[in-house]
Amino acid sequence: MTVLSDLITAMTRGSVRVIDLTHTLDPDFPVIVLPADFGQCARFRMEEVSAYDHRGPAWKWHNLSMSEHTGTHFDAPIHWVTGRDAPNGATDSIDPGVFVGPVCVIDFSAESARSDDATLEPAHILAWEAEHGPIPADCWVLLRTDWSHRQGAAYLNLRDDGAHSPGPSPEAVRLLLERGIRGFGTETVGTDAGQAQHFDPPYPAHALIHGAGRYGLQCLRNLDHLPPTGAVLLAAPLKIKGGTGSPLRVLALIEEPAP
Amino acid sequence: MTDTPPKRKDPRQRTPVPLLPPVQRSRAALGLTLAAAEGRFALQGCAECGAVQYPPRDACRACLSTDLTWREVPNGGRVVAQTRIHASPDPYFREHLPWRIGTVALDAGVPVIAHLHAAVSRGDRVRMALRLDRAGQGVLIALPDIEGSAMTSDPTLRAMGTDPRHRRVLITDARAPESLALTKALLAAGAAEVRLGEPETWKAWDGRAAFDGLAAVSLHPLDVTDTGSVRDLAAGLGGKVDILINTARHERPGGVMTGDLTRARDEIEVGYMGLMRLAQAFGPAMAARAADGVNSAAAWVNILPVQALAHDPGFASTVAAGAAARALALSLRAELRGAGVRVMNAYTGPLDDDWHQPLPPPKVAPKALAQAIVAGLCDGLEEVHVGDIARDLADRWRRDPRLLAREMEGGLS
Repeated sequence: MTVLSDLITAMTRGSVRVIDLTHTLDPDFPVIVLPADFGQCARFRMEEVSAYDHRGPAWKWHNLSMSEHTGTHFDAPIHWVTGRDAPNGATDSIDPGVFVGPVCVIDFSAESARSDDATLEPAHILAWEAEHGPIPADCWVLLRTDWSHRQGAAYLNLRDDGAHSPGPSPEAVRLLLERGIRGFGTETVGTDAGQAQHFDPPYPAHALIHGAGRYGLQCLRNLDHLPPTGAVLLAAPLKIKGGTGSPLRVLALIEEPAP
Repeated sequence: MTDTPPKRKDPRQRTPVPLLPPVQRSRAALGLTLAAAEGRFALQGCAECGAVQYPPRDACRACLSTDLTWREVPNGGRVVAQTRIHASPDPYFREHLPWRIGTVALDAGVPVIAHLHAAVSRGDRVRMALRLDRAGQGVLIALPDIEGSAMTSDPTLRAMGTDPRHRRVLITDARAPESLALTKALLAAGAAEVRLGEPETWKAWDGRAAFDGLAAVSLHPLDVTDTGSVRDLAAGLGGKVDILINTARHERPGGVMTGDLTRARDEIEVGYMGLMRLAQAFGPAMAARAADGVNSAAAWVNILPVQALAHDPGFASTVAAGAAARALALSLRAELRGAGVRVMNAYTGPLDDDWHQPLPPPKVAPKALAQAIVAGLCDGLEEVHVGDIARDLADRWRRDPRLLAREMEGGLS
């Protein structure tokens, strides 16, 4: 147990820190908006059951309701039709070992600041690898766009032709899958770009990543606090029977440089 | 003086406790209340000899037949006697003295005792109306034969009514198709302020800009599906809601067996639970302010699909949620009536909006719904039916609810 005790010692001393990549579950936090004809994602809601009152004198508690895909959340392979037959593709059947693992962070914030529709291309990934080394197999890849800094209507950025937010091109997703990534995470409301319904295939991050039995994370924040490589991601969804995803607390462990 | 905007309240003074005029009525006399609730002028008439009856009774004053039916009668008359009451042992009237009443000989053939409008006196031709008083009971009032600006400033009418003039209004969902027209109609009727709830401020919407630059109009975050949001706005507005108009609703086509459970839940969350959340957050403060001067709390308005009186296979769960909301609204009416705050239910036929697009006309223009609500508030109504379909369905429902239920099996389309 030396490794774990060393880890605890490092965390106690502050040389390993915990970064919270999670938004607060708040009734006002945006959820993805689909065309009006489709079923919609439920927003987060809480109803007070009692609050130290006649309904329960010594305790306070709430009943919650939300979608599997509300707030900072995890996408399981069976979320998408391409992953419907993925083995162990639901939140309750995924090997829990994959919930802890290494993470690479691609800084795409400058491109995203220039264009709301900034599209991650293979060239961006290759440039990142040229600087930081190849993306290792079975590694989470997170796309930093600083989109989590946006507030209110600017977050979904809905217009009369749909949402406008950055995301990966089909070719970029294919390259990541060639590297054998474990999953792909974003700061935006989905792993795909706002206009990804017009890509070929539509919604390539969902279609290709879940089709390959891999995982998604979205509505992340604080990615600007993570190093490009070397952090460890902890992202364990709720164990929902047959769940297609889950709100979750996403944490990253980072090593502080030695003083 | 009710025609000048009220001064700000003196915070050193206690808010008067709402009092009611006498509430008790016989079962027969409640017929006046039902007619007044809809703005109809109706009295009992004998089915055998035709004699018009007043006051309401169980047997004909002329032939003793018990076959008396309520029917609309001509509302003309002449004031033959008047008096001004300066002293009363009744706590409600003590606060409203002096109070004028008189005897009016109706063209319909009976003399009646009625409240008198300030501009009416002995010998005048008058237009009679049945109005709900502060207790929500039907009473007769003699109005000037010609409508004029004095109508809005009459203290007797003001004491009974729910006129938006000088009052502060909360419209719960700015995104409802009628909310902009409603805002403008309320301002035209003299409302002091119109505040509108805006759900999901993180979702951009096209109609928002139309509210910009309207004087005395403001948008506030409010989502009736979020208890915290409803409580937050109620806490922020405090006792500044005199009229609440609940425009929040979620209407989707679909049947029972093939319907969508997620949508049905949304319909209940918005239409039924939303009403309950609003009532719990805003109701108590309004009930406490029903006698709070010129801009007292006065009315609560619900907008319901008229099919909620029966059902509609084409909008099965939407209409069922509307029926649930209607039942809740009737209980809310009973609760608020005790304080003197009126609950008006506006039953509308299908609106000319996106979710009723394939339905054939006649459909209700959002502007027509808005105007009907404001007119209902000016007349102090409890039941308003908007559009030809709503009026027709309500008429058939009054005659035989079970027959209407059968007739609705084919839906509205």
